[in-house]
Amino acid sequence: MTELHPAVTTLITSAHGETVVPSVAEGIYSLGWLIIALPLAGAALLLVGGRRTDRWGHLLGTATAVGSFVIGLVMFISLLGEDEGARSQTQHLWTWFATDSLDVGFDLLYDPLSSLFVLLITGVGSLIHIYSIGYMAHDERRRRFFAYLNLFIAAMLMLVLAGNYLGIFLGWEGVGLASYLLIGFWQHKPSAAAAAKKAFVMNRVGDVGMSLAIYLMVVTFGSTAFTVISANNHGASEATMNAIGLLLLLGACGKSAQVPLQGWLLDAMEGPTPVSALIHAATMVTAGVYLIIRSNFIFENAPVAQTVVVIVAVVTLLWGAVIGCAKDDIKKALAGSTMSQIGYMMLGAGLGVAGYAFAIFHLITHGFFKANMFLGAGSVMHGMDDDVNMRHYGALNKVMPITFLTFAMGYLAIIGFPGFSGFWSKDKLIETAFVENTWVGLAALLGAGITAFYMTRLMLMTFFTQKRWKDPETGHEPHPHESPAVMTVPLIVLGALSVVGGIMLAGNWIVDFLAPVVGHAEHHEPPIPALALTAIIVAVVAVGVAIAWFTVGRQEVPRVAPQDVSPLTKAARADLYGDAINDTLVVAPTMSLARTLDSLDRHVIDGAVEGQGNATSGLAELLRKTQNGYVRSYALSVLAGAVILALALLAVNW
Amino acid sequence: METEPYILLSAILFTIGAVGVLVRRNAIVVFMCVELMLNASNLALVTFAKANGNLEGQVAAFFVMVVAAAEVVVGLAIIMTIFRTRRSASVDDASLLRF
Repeated sequence: MTELHPAVTTLITSAHGETVVPSVAEGIYSLGWLIIALPLAGAALLLVGGRRTDRWGHLLGTATAVGSFVIGLVMFISLLGEDEGARSQTQHLWTWFATDSLDVGFDLLYDPLSSLFVLLITGVGSLIHIYSIGYMAHDERRRRFFAYLNLFIAAMLMLVLAGNYLGIFLGWEGVGLASYLLIGFWQHKPSAAAAAKKAFVMNRVGDVGMSLAIYLMVVTFGSTAFTVISANNHGASEATMNAIGLLLLLGACGKSAQVPLQGWLLDAMEGPTPVSALIHAATMVTAGVYLIIRSNFIFENAPVAQTVVVIVAVVTLLWGAVIGCAKDDIKKALAGSTMSQIGYMMLGAGLGVAGYAFAIFHLITHGFFKANMFLGAGSVMHGMDDDVNMRHYGALNKVMPITFLTFAMGYLAIIGFPGFSGFWSKDKLIETAFVENTWVGLAALLGAGITAFYMTRLMLMTFFTQKRWKDPETGHEPHPHESPAVMTVPLIVLGALSVVGGIMLAGNWIVDFLAPVVGHAEHHEPPIPALALTAIIVAVVAVGVAIAWFTVGRQEVPRVAPQDVSPLTKAARADLYGDAINDTLVVAPTMSLARTLDSLDRHVIDGAVEGQGNATSGLAELLRKTQNGYVRSYALSVLAGAVILALALLAVNW
Repeated sequence: METEPYILLSAILFTIGAVGVLVRRNAIVVFMCVELMLNASNLALVTFAKANGNLEGQVAAFFVMVVAAAEVVVGLAIIMTIFRTRRSASVDDASLLRF
């Protein structure tokens, strides 16, 4: 385990001209593998153990997640004590496979970037495990749920701790599998099963891009290790770099639900709410952002790919925000918001060195407040008999005070209320966008306004306005109540983090901390002074809130969604026709191609083969008539044969 | 030596035999016609042997005789069995082995 991998010994000069030598993990850092192994062992034990582990399975699952968090925390604290240059630790576990031209090691890389992700994944993951104990208490398959959650945590940690792209790919596929299993966890619902399949298939499209990118790296650099590629990134042509970058972006689009592969995320809300919070809000969907920032040494040399990242990001952040405005399903509204916020992170990732740290910053604060709000939504659903329609909520602030207060923390954070975590991260991203390009900046600013609108709408429809609990048709009226402590404590912790998460920016800490990985950016002044820009952002947010207040808060909210709405609302309700576009452009042509090929196969190829068979059997049918059983007719044919033979001999020898 | 009459006789005998095999229904008669054909060919073989002045044709004729004898043994036994079970020696009656 102390053996040094050849790739690691190379002295690395990163794209930004600094020398980064990852050191071999010793002491506490050599425990890195345990972070992954713990939840993996938990998942294996719970899946293999079967019903015997039913009684304590959820406790074991939670314990492994918390254990990973503790190790991650200890490693993080000791990493803070290291010199800036020594904050990159590699661990070569074993040689995964070796060929003449390609050696792939099972390597882990623990550096500032992964350390933050490890904390986010295991920290938020542990809280969601705890929450799930309460949320899934009445589900008879709870043990299996925890096994899948543990599997997810292990795969996600593999993804962020891998030292080469193949390792990332292993985790990448692992989280895809866990996501599939968990979206379809309530498999008795056909909609859940379909949503799981949809997520899986759409992710495959992205994975094709990812795997092609890896092939291209192997061809170009002869390695998939970050260290080797970042050391040689000037050796490849810009076209190659652009190709790798675009293929990686395709992978990132699939995993992070970015346009054009965004369609699965809203359907993924069919899964249990803790899954939506953990996988489809806080961690897995941000893997695409991680991939792009981890590949900064590729994107720095791939200007075209970088521009495309920005375009995708801007389109997605507006796309998701518009969808979020029209959804009545609380989880889908939050999912639209997730899509939009990941658009912001992608924007940061596309802006280059100046944006990387802020993208990660926003990713972490988003992890806090979005997980918080999803769990809050789960708590609301818990009290409302699993109803997700916000039009059936209203005035829940009194009956669910803790859920309300913690949700409000997340709400204030996401709209960017001054002082809350989301304010700092989004402000920085918009500012960086303005430095890059005024139009991109304006789009991001508009997105902030829309975010304020739909989140205020969600907040008002759920916790304020009049009670609309009673179903006039069935007469059923839920009795909302506060959730048990096992669910509210994670909410309180996440709510607190949503408030204070901005502290990471204090003294530019996160920028300096991540600099060894993503590089230092020279500071450019935005076209308008930063303080004025902040004031403008806050003003735009205030306008969004005000519009929501006048259109939702001051009005009677109908219990059934009105149908005479503007075309934009209709489009947003239909996810901006994302599924229709996919159907027209991909599904329908594929289906008709498949049908054509099927009929071709059926009629032409099968026809030829079956025709041969039919001809043979038809001929045989005729020939068989000659077998009439009369010896004398056989004798005649023998004679005829002999005569023909004799004539033939004569003809030849004449 | 003049071979033509012998060959002609052989051909006539063979034709009679072949026509007999084709047109007669009684198994015994068919059998005799087969013997006639064999002996017609024997005659031809012996004639050619004499004409060429060697013994090969005569040896072949001996082989044909031996085979014919063996064939008679087996063939007659079969005809006997068929006659016992069916009370008929007509080859057209024994036509069950067909499509």
